[in-house]
Amino acid sequence: MSMTTQALSRETWRESLRSLRVATWLGWQIESNWTDPFLFAVYSLIKPIAGAMILVVMYLVVSGGQTNNPIFPYIYLGNAFYIYVGSVLMGISYAVIDDREHYGILKYIYVSPIQVYFYLLGRGVARTLTGTIAVIITLAFGVFVFKLPVNLVAMDHALFWPVFLIGLAGLALIGILLAGVTLITARHNYFMGEAVAGALYLLCGAVFPLDVLPKVLQYIGLGLPMTYWLEGLRRAMLGTSASPLLAPFSNETILMILISSTLFVGAISLGFYRWCERRAKEKGLLDMQTMY
Amino acid sequence: MTTFRRELTVFVRTVIGRAYPRLIGLQRERSWLFFEIVLPLLGTSAFVFIYRALGAQPEFTGFVVLGGAMTAYWMNVLWSMATQFYWEKETGNLALYLIAPTSRMAILLGMALGGMAATTVRALAVLLLGSLVFGVTFTVSDWGSLLLVFFLTLVALYGLGMIFASAFLLYGREAWHMANLLQEPVFLLSGFYFPIKSLGFWISAGASLIPITLGLDAMRQILYPQAGWGFLDVGIETTILAILSVVFLVIAHRMLLWLENVARREGRLTVRGQ
Repeated sequence: MSMTTQALSRETWRESLRSLRVATWLGWQIESNWTDPFLFAVYSLIKPIAGAMILVVMYLVVSGGQTNNPIFPYIYLGNAFYIYVGSVLMGISYAVIDDREHYGILKYIYVSPIQVYFYLLGRGVARTLTGTIAVIITLAFGVFVFKLPVNLVAMDHALFWPVFLIGLAGLALIGILLAGVTLITARHNYFMGEAVAGALYLLCGAVFPLDVLPKVLQYIGLGLPMTYWLEGLRRAMLGTSASPLLAPFSNETILMILISSTLFVGAISLGFYRWCERRAKEKGLLDMQTMY
Repeated sequence: MTTFRRELTVFVRTVIGRAYPRLIGLQRERSWLFFEIVLPLLGTSAFVFIYRALGAQPEFTGFVVLGGAMTAYWMNVLWSMATQFYWEKETGNLALYLIAPTSRMAILLGMALGGMAATTVRALAVLLLGSLVFGVTFTVSDWGSLLLVFFLTLVALYGLGMIFASAFLLYGREAWHMANLLQEPVFLLSGFYFPIKSLGFWISAGASLIPITLGLDAMRQILYPQAGWGFLDVGIETTILAILSVVFLVIAHRMLLWLENVARREGRLTVRGQ
């Protein structure tokens, strides 16, 4: 590699990291500075706990107040980590609408020395941070109030961290894919993120074992990376699987499926985003105003 | 008399004029109709499968399907009533509303009536599809009571939406976050996916200020008279809903006048991109 190419590559990386950092900061400001820190803390606390409590009450109504059934931690943990799905997917894809139509700055981002890909990931990182607060609060609430059998010291860290990080990377890649769709569509973008998050909630066994779904939906669920992400996280934290369908898979198999499916989604996502970007430029959609 | 007639004509024309885009919007962007039916159905299906995984009684599936259908109204109140003046401010329409020679209540009423009609299509679709997919059967014990409860629930609910719309006049970006905050906590407190009685008397009594709480509970009692999960007697719930309907509409009217003046004085009516 020549000196010039090396310098260019170094410069590109520096620019990418700067884009990621600045977008994260910007996203955090947008997410948090609409109110005072106290109200923001209350907001961050109430939403996830209320979401978890809906499932808890549903469970308690049927079980008559018992929380020792293995399905209870299954539901609770799945719901807690599922917060990331909405946060990351919507964080990345909604940044396109926000910048294009609300603030009207998408075209300026494209003409500035910013790596757009990393910029979008940075906006997703900001939402991931707020999502992380919600996940921690939800988990702490479950452990202290409902005696969830989770031991943060004794849990399987060797399984948890790779699964957790690869899963988040996979979510970010799906978010980029949705951002591509958002770039070339007019009025469907908001629903798109919600629809994907809703479908994943139903199909990847977030709050119930895949086994209760009809056969066809079970097969679709088995093809989704998020199924293995949530299963891996549950196994790392609880030590067991409550899904007879996924029980035959070893931890290593779960991790390998998660890695390979994430790579597959990543390849599709990157290629698709580039295609959408080119199409948006050709059709002059980067500064489109649809008065959403 | 002539002045009164003229004012009434303007009021009615405003209501029709503001309801029109809500109704016609249904035809213009059909993909929205698809998503607005499918999205609640996805969530509803997930809750049905949770009950199935827990081995719950079959009536719980009916509770969830009915709750899932009613979410359409709550979402409509939040995003198309409460935050509407915020969106109008962002798109520059709010100032035009305020200089128009008509009543703001007529604008809100038009939004509410149009929203109700459009949302009823979505709610019915969720109810029908949910019932077909999950094999839910409802046995209506009293059609008159069911329709009365449903009507009063909507009046009180959209009255509450008008109060929010007035309050949100003062807001910038907070409006979006506040509406967002009023989703899961209200789904929880109003018992969208479980009988409200299970939250205990005092929490249920407090949650009854949200009209959909008593509305849902009364409708479930009428549709599943044998289930035994009712919070209060249907007659009492209907009376409370009637009182809430009147009180909320009166409060909305007063709040709108007061907060419009505050927003004018503080120069918040035309602030955009906040």
